[in-house]
Amino acid sequence: MNWLNWLDQFIEVLVALAAAPLLLGWVNMCRAWLQNRSAPSLLQPYRGIRKLLHKDAVLAHNASSLFRIAPYIIFGTMVAAAAMIPMLGTRLPFTAAADAIALVGLFAAARMFLSLAAMDVGTAFGTLGARREMMVGFLAEPTLLMVIFVASLMTATTALPLIAENLAAAQLAIHPSLLFTAVAFAMVMLAENARIPVDNPATHLELTMIHEAMLLEYSARHLALMEWAAALKLFNYACIGLALFVPWGLASNGDPIRLGLAIVLLAGKLAVIGAGLALIETLSAKLRVFRAPEFLATAFLLAVLGLLVRLLQVAR
Amino acid sequence: MLTPLLSQARPLPGAPGAHAAQVDISHWRSVLGDVAAGGGRLVSLWAETPADTPARLHAAVIVDSFPTADGSAHTQTGLLQLSATLAADQQRFPSVHEIFPSALRMERAIHDLHGLRSDAWDTRSWLRHTSWSDQRYPLRDAQMPIPTTEAPADAYEFVRVDGDGVHEIAVGPVHAGIIEPGHFRFSVVGEKVLRLEQHLGYVHKGIERRFQELPALEGHRLAARISGDSAVAFSWAYCQALEACAGVTLPPRAACLRALALELERCANHLGDLGALGNDAGFAFALSQFGRLKERLLRLTAATLGQRYLFDYVVPGGTAVDPEATALKTLAASMPLLAAEVQRLHGILDEHAGVRDRFSGAGIVTPALALQLGLAGLAGRASGQAFDLRIDLPCPPYGQLAPKKALHPGGDVAARVAVRFDELLESCRLIGDIASQLPAGDHRVEVPVPAADLIGLGCIEGWRGPVLIALRTAKDGRIARCHPHDPSWHNWPVLEHAVIGNIVPDFPLINKSFNLSYSGHDL
Repeated sequence: MNWLNWLDQFIEVLVALAAAPLLLGWVNMCRAWLQNRSAPSLLQPYRGIRKLLHKDAVLAHNASSLFRIAPYIIFGTMVAAAAMIPMLGTRLPFTAAADAIALVGLFAAARMFLSLAAMDVGTAFGTLGARREMMVGFLAEPTLLMVIFVASLMTATTALPLIAENLAAAQLAIHPSLLFTAVAFAMVMLAENARIPVDNPATHLELTMIHEAMLLEYSARHLALMEWAAALKLFNYACIGLALFVPWGLASNGDPIRLGLAIVLLAGKLAVIGAGLALIETLSAKLRVFRAPEFLATAFLLAVLGLLVRLLQVAR
Repeated sequence: MLTPLLSQARPLPGAPGAHAAQVDISHWRSVLGDVAAGGGRLVSLWAETPADTPARLHAAVIVDSFPTADGSAHTQTGLLQLSATLAADQQRFPSVHEIFPSALRMERAIHDLHGLRSDAWDTRSWLRHTSWSDQRYPLRDAQMPIPTTEAPADAYEFVRVDGDGVHEIAVGPVHAGIIEPGHFRFSVVGEKVLRLEQHLGYVHKGIERRFQELPALEGHRLAARISGDSAVAFSWAYCQALEACAGVTLPPRAACLRALALELERCANHLGDLGALGNDAGFAFALSQFGRLKERLLRLTAATLGQRYLFDYVVPGGTAVDPEATALKTLAASMPLLAAEVQRLHGILDEHAGVRDRFSGAGIVTPALALQLGLAGLAGRASGQAFDLRIDLPCPPYGQLAPKKALHPGGDVAARVAVRFDELLESCRLIGDIASQLPAGDHRVEVPVPAADLIGLGCIEGWRGPVLIALRTAKDGRIARCHPHDPSWHNWPVLEHAVIGNIVPDFPLINKSFNLSYSGHDL
């Protein structure tokens, strides 16, 4: 059933592309509800992207070609990452080419291009944002790796679909190591996706921005791609989290009915994750920038604890 | 120098405790030095360059050492307008910025508007950018046309900070949000702010010049529009000065209604600021909750006084509208409920670890620094500067209302938030008291056209701090000179000090905790 697996792969990327802005819209909607505001439409992120695609792009005089191609590279990276994450099924032909460590590398590559593009025009804000993004990144990446290593240790593979498949097939038990790493992962997810408490996606204050500061010079289709890529990143992270900690319900073969079921189940899981994200963002204030390393260090510590617990269990 | 001057000072009607005294220009610096030595504070510094008489320099100061009327050893607080006449060909006047640091920018503005230069080191223009020639002075030169051509690029010389890894971040005047324009030049190492230099004047609208084209009886409308958030404070101060010139005494009901309007304005601003401060700390819950309360207050204001924002409520001789008894009753009944909700939100903000971490220790202005730099009003009270015109120099009806003074020694964002909460709750009480015990009588009396060449001072504690209007009438009921002063003149320079050593992303929060006016400063 090789062609079915390829179909599965294809549908998965399409679903990720189409549903990523929806997840963002859902988070924003929940946030508005929790703050007693009337919520924007669920489709607002799509409207934003459509609006931007209809505009003429404005580039700074001194923008280099790097600045122009960065949005395509970053968007492409996020699409490639989506292809490697088991969202609907676990038989993804694409995973033969890359494993979870490569996935972390893809995110790092996107970050590098984003930061370079931000510094390219030479405005103070872009550099400011790039600097802070690197500070967040160099602490978040090891934590993400550590989280994946714990799952890898339990399943003896670094391929995400196999990890998910093995975890789902394993006997249902409470794994303390996974509990620690789940908290660590949630913290990394907040930091990596520029959410409160590390960054504030809704702010208009240039001096406090991290992610938004890097996008200030972008307009029209470039900005649309950047925003879409950011939505995809959030979607990807949510799906990594699901694959590691709630892996049940993924289609293990290309069966269309199981695939359809998996889509419904994914929607349900993402709705819960989105609501949880909105809850965290409403309850917390933004951290002082220099508290972000402490926040991420805590995440790293938790991931290491998870790893130690796992090793101790194995040793016993 | 000062003591004989105080006993000879001429009492002025208008602002409580107002006096006027002439000073020889050669004594200018020593008299103001004495004011500072006696614990006095500078309110404003301005000039006057009439076409036919020599130029004059004025300073309004608050002095604690006025002799009392009964001649006893006790002294009392008063507002003193010091005036000095310059010699006919004199273009330079002695600077007092070493005595009152906040005077430096006012002296630079005097040069931009009048062509009179102080002998201070800083000769850069302040309010004038490049939209008009440096050879023309709008308040001296009646023929000067309104600049219309597009201004050439400005080459303002910022102070450069040198050192390893020091770089500059230029912010504004165009910002990402809908806020007023101002330029901030940060010199930073990494995230740490070494120096902040402001450049203001982007919203210079020629308000002082415009006053001179208006009949005195209509100036209150322009005064209300100097800084939109202090409309009542400015228009009351203007009317106080005008009524002093015209010899009108305000009926008690009118005074109470003005106080009601002023406290409603204070409440609305504090509610808005508290929400915005929470939002700037990434706590959007505060914004929506305080926004809801502010909206409720604005609707109550509209139901009682006829306007949501009170731009044309205070008019010469009284107020525009006399509220209906039922509306007053609703207002009085609503205030305790509003206060209870504010208290609940106060508890939530106080208990929130994340918000507290952002607020406390950010942007500290120590009481000593506040005293030295003359930090005024709300921000001053958050740095231990216990001065509130409503209590220390009360105009009717504040004598009877006896408001409680908010005071906090902390000097950080948390202290400015705490003072806002205290004042907000106190204003809620005052509004309830005024609305339930409004004296009967007229809400407005006729104001005759004032005679020529009279001076009047109006000084009102707005939500941000003391607001001053100095008025001189001309013949035919017109205005010869009207100088409005916003406390932002004193507090903007202090903000430059408050951010030193803080990190760049904390600046918006610190800035918001002061929430200074651009329009009221740039005029």
